[in-house]
Amino acid sequence: MTALLEVKNLEAAYGQTKVLHGISFSIEVGGITAILGANGAGKTTTLRAVCNMVATKGEIVLGGKRIEGLATEDIVRLGVAHTPDGRGTFVQLSVDENLRLGGYARADKAAMLADIDRMYALFPRLGERRWQQAGTLSGGEQQMLAVSRALMLRPKLLLLDEPSFGLAPLLVREIFRTLRQINKEDKVSMLLVEQNAALALDLADHAYLLETGRVVMSGTAAEIKNDDNVRRSYLGY
Amino acid sequence: MDAFLHQVVAGLATGGIYAAVALALVMIYQSTHLVNFAQGEMAMFSTYIAWAMIQEGMPYWIAFVLAVAISLVGGIAIQRFIIRPVSNASVLTVVVVFIGLLAIFNAMAGWFWSHTIKVFPSPFPEKPVFGKLISNHEMGTLGVTLVVLILLYVFFKYTPLGLAMRAAAQNPISSRLVGVRVSWMLALGWGLAAAIGAIAGMMVAPIVYLDPNMMGGILLYGFASALLGGIDNPWGAVLGGFIVGVLENVLGAYVIGTELKLTVALVIIVAVLTVKPSGLFGKVIVTRV
Repeated sequence: MTALLEVKNLEAAYGQTKVLHGISFSIEVGGITAILGANGAGKTTTLRAVCNMVATKGEIVLGGKRIEGLATEDIVRLGVAHTPDGRGTFVQLSVDENLRLGGYARADKAAMLADIDRMYALFPRLGERRWQQAGTLSGGEQQMLAVSRALMLRPKLLLLDEPSFGLAPLLVREIFRTLRQINKEDKVSMLLVEQNAALALDLADHAYLLETGRVVMSGTAAEIKNDDNVRRSYLGY
Repeated sequence: MDAFLHQVVAGLATGGIYAAVALALVMIYQSTHLVNFAQGEMAMFSTYIAWAMIQEGMPYWIAFVLAVAISLVGGIAIQRFIIRPVSNASVLTVVVVFIGLLAIFNAMAGWFWSHTIKVFPSPFPEKPVFGKLISNHEMGTLGVTLVVLILLYVFFKYTPLGLAMRAAAQNPISSRLVGVRVSWMLALGWGLAAAIGAIAGMMVAPIVYLDPNMMGGILLYGFASALLGGIDNPWGAVLGGFIVGVLENVLGAYVIGTELKLTVALVIIVAVLTVKPSGLFGKVIVTRV
C-alpha cells in the first residue's frame, strides 16, 4: 500500500513549550489511522501540526508533496479537511451556510450544492434544521455538522479530533457508522484522534499510541488492541 | 404639518448618510472589535479625490465611480500595510494607529487641497421635481443609500464571497479550515467600508461643504447610529442611522435649536451605553454545548 500522508520527525511547540518531540506516522491511501493517548499527550496538536496551525519542525508529505510550511488554507485546498477540537461551528450562521462554507474552496459549484443534499440524507437531523442558527444545535448535531462541513470539501484526507467527545453513546455509534460508510464509499482517508480507544481501534486499520509527545507504540489496530499494556491502560479490561 | 413632514423626510435623507457611515463602522468592528476613528477622515479624503477629478472636467458620475473604486483599493491597502502588522498588538496600539490615520488623512487633505472650504456639486438637478416636501438632493441621497444597502445585502447574503467575509469576521480559525483566505477577507472588509464611506462623503459634501473637518460631526452621528442599532448588527446600525437622522432634524427644528443638534448624537451615545449597551438590535448569541 502507498501512503497518502507520511509524517517524519514532527515537532510542534506553543511558544516555548514543546508538545511533540519528533513523532513519525503514516496513513495509507483509503486507510484510517488512529492516534491514541491520554490528555495532554499531543493528539490535538498532531492534527493542528498537519495543517500548520502551530509552529512545527519536521517533514509532512501529502501524496508525494511536501506541505509543511504551507498556509493552513492552502493545505485545506489540497484536500485536507479538519473537524477541529471544539467542533469549530460558525455559530451565528445557519446550518445551510455552514455547509456551503465547507465547500467554499471547491470550483464545482453545482456538485457542491448536490453534496449539501447528500449531507442532509446522511444526517437527516441537519436537514430538519437547515435554516436554523447553528449555535442553537445540540452538541451531537453540531458534531454531525462539523463532520458534514469537513466532508463538503470532498477531502482526500479527513482529520477528526475526538468525534465522540461529549456525545451520548447512541449518537457516537451513529457518527462512527457514518464515518465507516464514508471511508468505504468515498475512499476518504482519515486520521482519527480519540480518547475512546476501543471505539477508535474498531474503526481504524492502524494506530499509534502517544505519550507526552512521543510515539510509544505503533502497529495495526488488531495488534494494538491485543497488547496487554494498552488493554489495561486504555481499554480498561 | 407640511413643515414637520419636511423635517422628517429631510431627516431620513441625512439619516441615510449616517446609516452608511454606521455600516462602515460596524463592518470594521465585526472583524477588529474596535471602532475605526479614521473612518470619517477616510471618507473625507475620498470626497476630495472625487472633487479633484471633477475639477479636472470629469463628468460627475464617472468621478463618483472612480472615487469609490479608488477608496476600495485604498481601504484594502490600509488594512494590508498598516492594520495587519498590528493586528496581534494590544487594543491600545490599534486605537493609536486609528487616531494616527485620522490625523494623517486630515493633514494630507489640507496639504494637498488647502483648508479653504469648497463647494461640492450635487449630481441631482436643482429644479424641484418632488414639490416642496423634499429637495432633489435629499431624494437622490436617499435613493443612492437604498441602492447601496440593497447591493450590500445581496452581496453578503447570497454570494459565496459575502458568506466567506461574514465567516472570516466571526470565526477566523474555522474559516481557514474550510480554505477561506481570512486575511484577504479582512482586507476586503476594509475596502468595502472605505467605499461605503466614500459614497456617504460624496452625498453629504454638498450639504456641509467640503473641508478637511467635514466628517467630524458625521462620524459622531454615525457612531451614535451604530450604537443605537447595536454595534455588532449591520441592519440595526442602518435602522439606527435613519432614527438618528430623523430625531436630530426634528429635535433641532422644534426643541433644542440647530446649534445644539450635535448634542443629540452625544446624548444618544451616553444613553445607549448606560441603559442598553447592546443597542436596540444587538445580537444576543445563543450557544448550546
